[in-house]
Amino acid sequence: MARRDKSPQGSAATGPDVSRRKFMSGVALTGAATAVLPQDTPQAATAPSLSPTLPPSALRPDVRMAAAETGTPKELAKATGPDGSDFMVDVIKTLDIDYVCSNPASSFRALHESLIDYGGNKKPEFITCTHEESSVAMGHGYFKATGKPLMMLCHGTVGLQHAAMAIYNAWCDRVPVIAIGGTDIDAAHRAPGVPTFHSAQDINALVRDFTKWDDQPVSLQHFAQSMVRAYKIAMTPPQEPVMIALDLGLQQEPVKAHERESLYIPKYVPTAPPQADSNAVKEAARLLANAERPVIVADRAARTPAGMKLLVELAETLQAPVIDQGGRMNFPNSHYLKQNARGAALISNADVIIGLELSDYWATVNRFVDNGLDGIGINETVIKPGTKLIGISSVGLVTKSNYQDFQRFQSLDVDMAGDAEASLPALLEAVKASIPSDRMAALEKRGEALKKTHADAHERTKAAAAVAWNASPISTARLAMEIYGQIKDLDYSLVSSSGNVSGWPNRLWKMDKHHNWLGSSGGYGVGYGAPAAIGAALGNRDIGGRFSVNIQSDGDLMYAPGVLWTAARHKIPILSVMHNNRGYHQEVMHVQRLANRRSRVAALGMDRSPIGTSIENPDIDYASLAKSMGYWSAGPIKDPAELGPTLKRAVEVVKSGQPALVDVWTQPR
Amino acid sequence: MKSLGVVIGLAALAAGLLLGQTRVLAASAEKGKEAFLLHGCWQCHGYQGQGGIAGVKLAPNPIPFDTLSNFVRTTNRAMPPFRKEILSDEDLADIYAYLQSIPKDPDPNSIPLLNP
Repeated sequence: MARRDKSPQGSAATGPDVSRRKFMSGVALTGAATAVLPQDTPQAATAPSLSPTLPPSALRPDVRMAAAETGTPKELAKATGPDGSDFMVDVIKTLDIDYVCSNPASSFRALHESLIDYGGNKKPEFITCTHEESSVAMGHGYFKATGKPLMMLCHGTVGLQHAAMAIYNAWCDRVPVIAIGGTDIDAAHRAPGVPTFHSAQDINALVRDFTKWDDQPVSLQHFAQSMVRAYKIAMTPPQEPVMIALDLGLQQEPVKAHERESLYIPKYVPTAPPQADSNAVKEAARLLANAERPVIVADRAARTPAGMKLLVELAETLQAPVIDQGGRMNFPNSHYLKQNARGAALISNADVIIGLELSDYWATVNRFVDNGLDGIGINETVIKPGTKLIGISSVGLVTKSNYQDFQRFQSLDVDMAGDAEASLPALLEAVKASIPSDRMAALEKRGEALKKTHADAHERTKAAAAVAWNASPISTARLAMEIYGQIKDLDYSLVSSSGNVSGWPNRLWKMDKHHNWLGSSGGYGVGYGAPAAIGAALGNRDIGGRFSVNIQSDGDLMYAPGVLWTAARHKIPILSVMHNNRGYHQEVMHVQRLANRRSRVAALGMDRSPIGTSIENPDIDYASLAKSMGYWSAGPIKDPAELGPTLKRAVEVVKSGQPALVDVWTQPR
Repeated sequence: MKSLGVVIGLAALAAGLLLGQTRVLAASAEKGKEAFLLHGCWQCHGYQGQGGIAGVKLAPNPIPFDTLSNFVRTTNRAMPPFRKEILSDEDLADIYAYLQSIPKDPDPNSIPLLNP
């Protein structure tokens, strides 16, 4: 009787008429009441007794309780007080996030509404995306251009499934993205049908193997802590994506009375990046300072422009050649110590190699040849016996086991867990202190020799670029240099190079600023190029003064071409030049390789590539595709003589603040 | 006997080279271009054999036919071998004729875009 009278709920016949959170608190209240009054309940007589002196731990529900749990609840009453998702926006605003990239979805409708109405659609501003993969990849590119992460919102089920590949790319590329997936956890009260299809017990499980941290907050205070924690974890090297599952009920409900005085937003304070052990640094410096043929290999070493300067100083101090594997813009290519053209020879002759944030140390000092009669390839070392191997990498600090992005195992002589950029100052000082005075002349002589090889390599590269200069389809060298001819005097940023153009920009464009080259996808998930380029262009637009250029492969664009509309809609200036080789060319070669190995002629069907690998018949009209979404566009260009003038017009369009696309029929690589 | 054997061997080699050369001389650059496409050579080496990150430059000025032929038939490196079952001697000779027909490159120093 006491339960019924004191319950804030209505009678069993009419069902609950309060919010489900209050409903739950009512359940707790009634549970407590029954616990102390088991003998008064009709269920007590039939419940199994565990002890003659203790009441049972659970009771069967009475009629009213059963109806409340299984009946159809009335429409929830209008709650009063500040909205939960408004508080979430307050939390998000403390993190200075510029944009939220999202395809709208009901599972985060409350946060969406709060962002644009309560939050004024500023910091973050809503960027409308047509695919969740694009949302994540835009954040990926934006971070590499600005050093600031973006937030992406998606349905925690179907949207996250779309987003998963892009999150994996970000994971492999050590890029933070704050992913938030909407979900409606309360199975008894969420809307039936579609919203229930779009809910899951644990949405984060889908991406847990390739996110650094995830959480599913159950209160607003929990959200505040998790959001700040997520941001902090994502931004601490190794920088990685993080994931928060956001309950729709938590978004939609008002701040509870007891929370109004106690809710707080934790202050975000960046975590200092991990540095390599000081004794290991000294040993590495001793080896490098006394090496006859040291080589520096960098992949994602320069997280910031400061990292690039530090690497130049280290290389100059040692007069050591640098091989830039291109995960980031680590080293200016006009510097005589950039020696990528002789990379294989330098590695094979080295006596000491230091690898900085390498994604694949094994493949740096070994070779895999995809051939051989046994069909499993040939593995062979490429270094001399006794070569000392040094490594600094933060990636091992968050290694997981399922996805194999950690690559093959390579034993190192000095293996340091730490962020390379943060460790470089200490290494640099230790190297300076370790170089014997009588070695200075030898170091200078080594540098002079490298100046000559750098100049010679540049001439050879030019000669290679001249081959097939006037060919149609247009050679990738011609493509790259026609673009460069139009942008070389601008503060350009090559925001993506998803099409494999034989590395011509890195070989022939002058790249001496950190934003001249933003690297590639990380996980080689196709579909990264177009959205990442547009995300980076968004960042470059806001920084101001930078001209964003993208060499866009055809296969990559066709994954989610709707991102072109996003660029036009949000007035993101970017020049995209199609590397339209009309095929999934990596796979063209893979199928051909297997056909040869088996002494079979690859079936071409109606094309010139093995069946299933071409993108022709019909040929896609990318200029019309882009135009339909609001781009200025031209092409397809097949005559190399037409390319320069067309690109010139496109550059002017982009300078005016609009996106432009030029379709170019190209050679395969 | 030893010297006679060497002479016979050299004569046979010379005859073989001559035959190979004759076959190349008789080959068709036009057919070779089509074979270059049909057999997928262009995939790694480009339509003009210019090469790139996936394959070496083949033209202009191709390496001697026998060197090329031997490599094509037996390679166990990055390039998969093309055995006679899938690429006939005639087709290979035609391909070589096509590579020989590709005109010389322009001087890179004469191209303004390569000398910004």
